[in-house]
Amino acid sequence: MTPLLSVRDLRVTFPTRQGIFEAVRGISFDLGRERLGVVGESGSGKSMTGRAILGLVRPPGRVTAEHMRLGDQSILNLPERRMRKIRGSRISMVMQDPKFSLNPVMTIGDQIIEAYRLHAGGGKTAGRQKALEMLQAVQIRDPERVLKSYPHEVSGGMGQRIMIAMMLAPDPEILIADEPTSALDVSVRTEVLNIMDRLVRDRGMGLIFISHDLNLVAQFCDRVLIMYAGRIVETLAAKDLHNARHPYTQGLLNSLPRLDAPVDRLPVLQRQESWRDAELETYFPGGL
Amino acid sequence: MLRVENLDVWFGFPPDRVDAVKSASFTVATGETFGLVGESGSGKSTILRAIAGLIPSWSGSIEVAGKAVTGSHRDRAFYKTAQMVFQDPYASLHPRHSVDAVLSETLRLQGMGDIDRRITKLLEDVGLGRGFRFRYPHQLSGGQRQRVAIARALAAEPRLLLLDEPTSALDVSVQAEILNLLSDLRQEHGLTYVMVSHDLSVVGHMCDRLAVMQHGRILEVMDVDALRRGEGQQDYTRHLIASSLGYQRA
Repeated sequence: MTPLLSVRDLRVTFPTRQGIFEAVRGISFDLGRERLGVVGESGSGKSMTGRAILGLVRPPGRVTAEHMRLGDQSILNLPERRMRKIRGSRISMVMQDPKFSLNPVMTIGDQIIEAYRLHAGGGKTAGRQKALEMLQAVQIRDPERVLKSYPHEVSGGMGQRIMIAMMLAPDPEILIADEPTSALDVSVRTEVLNIMDRLVRDRGMGLIFISHDLNLVAQFCDRVLIMYAGRIVETLAAKDLHNARHPYTQGLLNSLPRLDAPVDRLPVLQRQESWRDAELETYFPGGL
Repeated sequence: MLRVENLDVWFGFPPDRVDAVKSASFTVATGETFGLVGESGSGKSTILRAIAGLIPSWSGSIEVAGKAVTGSHRDRAFYKTAQMVFQDPYASLHPRHSVDAVLSETLRLQGMGDIDRRITKLLEDVGLGRGFRFRYPHQLSGGQRQRVAIARALAAEPRLLLLDEPTSALDVSVQAEILNLLSDLRQEHGLTYVMVSHDLSVVGHMCDRLAVMQHGRILEVMDVDALRRGEGQQDYTRHLIASSLGYQRA
């Protein structure tokens, strides 16, 4: 079976005054119909990976790869016009903060209808119908009222659900969620995750879930990629996360305070220079 | 150390008045670490800001180290007793002031002498070497900035630190460093902390007692053992504890 998305030796570089900076340094993975978690600290290149897949790395940043394929089509450095056809309709992205990703001067209804009609065509009435359906699918009560409201009139959790509704309206094959729940309260978080989980399962989508929260990813995803300094240092089945072998993964796990296991001092991650460049043990349960 | 009684905080005027905190009462003993937890909009940060004198519209009584405070005016003695550390180290440091300028200004405002030696000592206390003294915020990582913010709060040699989500903008590995630093400083200087956080595991790690807030009210005050056992008197507390333990597939 061909994977939904196949990435080999992806690199993202930025020229700086100090020479070329590599934000992503040769990563390879395949995405099937699964929930794939990407975990790492800030600056590890996890968001940049998501942006590179969607062709959102702005010049002077450069994306190179051996190949990057969506199904059997290459999507590496496609011209903007062709990328626009893919973005949204085949691959969608949910960003971290709904406050910044919704247009503040358009009603929510108009935004969802616009997103839908752009990709699926159809009249305004059909678009409106679809928008209502999508809002119901993300469990928004009273969707008629929400359609007419502006983004500042809804809460953060609702905003994020609206973003998810908008991104899922054109039925994409892949959803990239970049820290979709970091800006939300814990109780709302569970709700948003449940909705994403159900939609991904029902529609057979591939999900790339980018997060810094190891435990959350372990509980939510099927497979986890651990990134450090622009490389994947370890790939694990989510249920095996607590048997992680790489010292970086172990360090990250240990530095979390836990309610059920109190300690006096938290172990601090001792970074080693060798993690940046050391030859990686290839350990890929369940393929790449 | 700190006594808060029947605290009401509101914003705006009728008919648009919003009551952010409604009759909150709690006391914090000297040397204790007290947590305030709740979701966004529950009023936990607002309580801290009212104590620190950043909000003029409140009623009730606030006593810090036995002295009552009023309105939003605080005298110099107050700031020698209590200092605040803010959530976002990217926003709470002036981008064009060097670490040296930040710390020496605070020291001078507190009327301290021997500024040069004190700055070296402060930087050492928060685990930054002398090499950081003349850097600007953009030359520091998030964790280092938060250390500078903590050094600034310590400059006045306070006895009470008000911590508003001190680690929520940081990576987990850096969070561990800052939490350890705060524990060490508490022991060395005999500090009292009031810590606001939405992360129950952080509060569980740091605090002795905590208050759970919802919609501006304190629902209950519990000790940390009860939190660990997942025992809340209120449904909301138990719900909060359950959802902070992680995600269970529905």
